[in-house]
Amino acid sequence: MRRYWHTLRRFWGTAVAVQLEYQANVLIELLAVAMSLSGSLFLLSLFYGPDQTLGGWSWAQALMVQGLYTVFDGMATTWLRPNLGAIVSHVREGTLDFVLLKPIDSQFWLSLRTLSPAGLPEIGLGVALLIWGSLQAGVMLTLPVLLTVLVMVLAGGVILYSLWFLIAATSIWFVKTWNATEVLRAVLAAGRYPLSAYPATLRLLFTFVLPVAFLTTVPAELLLGRVAAPMLLLGLALACGFFVSARAFWLFALRHYTSASS
Amino acid sequence: MRIFGLNRRIIRVLLGTQYAHMLEYRAEIALWALSGVLPFIMLSVWSGSEARTGLGLDGVALDRYFLSAFLVRQFTVVWVVYAFEEDALLGRLSPYLLQPLHPLWRYVAAHLGEQLTRLPFAVLIAAVFFGVQPQALWIPSPGEFLLAWLATWMAFAIAFLFQSLIAALCFWSEKASALERLQFIPFVFLSGLLAPLTAFPPEVRAFAQWTPFPYLIDFPARVLAGQPVNLMAGFGAQLAWIALLLPLVLLLWRAGVRRYSAMGA
Repeated sequence: MRRYWHTLRRFWGTAVAVQLEYQANVLIELLAVAMSLSGSLFLLSLFYGPDQTLGGWSWAQALMVQGLYTVFDGMATTWLRPNLGAIVSHVREGTLDFVLLKPIDSQFWLSLRTLSPAGLPEIGLGVALLIWGSLQAGVMLTLPVLLTVLVMVLAGGVILYSLWFLIAATSIWFVKTWNATEVLRAVLAAGRYPLSAYPATLRLLFTFVLPVAFLTTVPAELLLGRVAAPMLLLGLALACGFFVSARAFWLFALRHYTSASS
Repeated sequence: MRIFGLNRRIIRVLLGTQYAHMLEYRAEIALWALSGVLPFIMLSVWSGSEARTGLGLDGVALDRYFLSAFLVRQFTVVWVVYAFEEDALLGRLSPYLLQPLHPLWRYVAAHLGEQLTRLPFAVLIAAVFFGVQPQALWIPSPGEFLLAWLATWMAFAIAFLFQSLIAALCFWSEKASALERLQFIPFVFLSGLLAPLTAFPPEVRAFAQWTPFPYLIDFPARVLAGQPVNLMAGFGAQLAWIALLLPLVLLLWRAGVRRYSAMGA
């Protein structure tokens, strides 16, 4: 365990050192984040006129959902895209062999090898938006609620990671479908809006199959104090289920790995 | 006889090889087609929302608008800056420049080949949509369809020229493709992909009319969906953008090629 912790610190230390070489990128990234967040807020404002709600959510409450979505989007930029996006090129170029030969778990290496600080401002802005929305919505924060929210956000992160990893791992068989995670990203955009804004069939889809609901809507409802315990348990169960499936699927995929050009 | 370096044989060979090339990547292209589902997600939010009445699209008109937006987007996707960047980086650009054919034609052919490969997948997704929403089914008259096709092609031309302009900037700066990322954000929000332009406040709509974005999705989608639309103004604006961008691209490209010294030189 200590060895893994030590390795992780080295991984991220070097990743940040590499990124600091490209400082102009930080400015571009900041500009992109600012533009895209203002666009999202503009789009959201179109749904709100005088005394209008979106699926029963007020403007301030919807801002909380938007804030949580921004946090997860930033997390994907910082962590998931640089790491899991590289799996397919490892498969295609045969460098996965080197990863498998290392005396460390291959899923650990592939999932945490690097870190891109470019998404950090987005996470910060998302948290700020979440706090602002909560204040406007009159959320009374207590310590147990805060801890539960953190657990649920963590569960959401695990769900997102596992889904992403499951899809990325299929590149062991289908190298050509490297862009499959783009489809996932497109569908995840549904998390920008509260679940109740969608028709019933999509709500089921976003709760059980592609559990976007647990990333944004459920933590926001938790803060607003209107979520029932079964929903939280379902979220935790899904997080465990998806993580175990991702792990099992990776071990299964490795048995079918035949290296490049063989 | 060759017009702009092209004759019938060159066109046939270019399109044929690029189509064959793209067919090899059909699984990838199917996923790209599927990753364009965003208009459908937005449709489901819009149709249940209280703000819907302000759109001026009632009943099935909203379904048709977003389906049309999806289809128009499918056939106006442009990736020339990425292809160009890779070609320049790997040194493939040098032999292309030696040929008596403008390298941009090669990218045009690649895009057309990709659109042809995408066609069955886009039709399939539209068929699934009509399976879920049978009441939204409509068949545009041949005249309307032709106009929509023309508007979509003009939209493709604008998008292609705009991105070629950014690609030509790669001759000067390695950061040029970041520009593409930055212009993509206002495109998404102002083009009508996520919300019909009628949803915008008047000032924002007036501003958007002066950018090329509404003519990339909103205008062709409205023509395809059979919405009342000012054809003269729409086609006029599209032509104006093409007339503005085309000479710029050619000039910038020529200046860039003079600077070009190949990778590693």
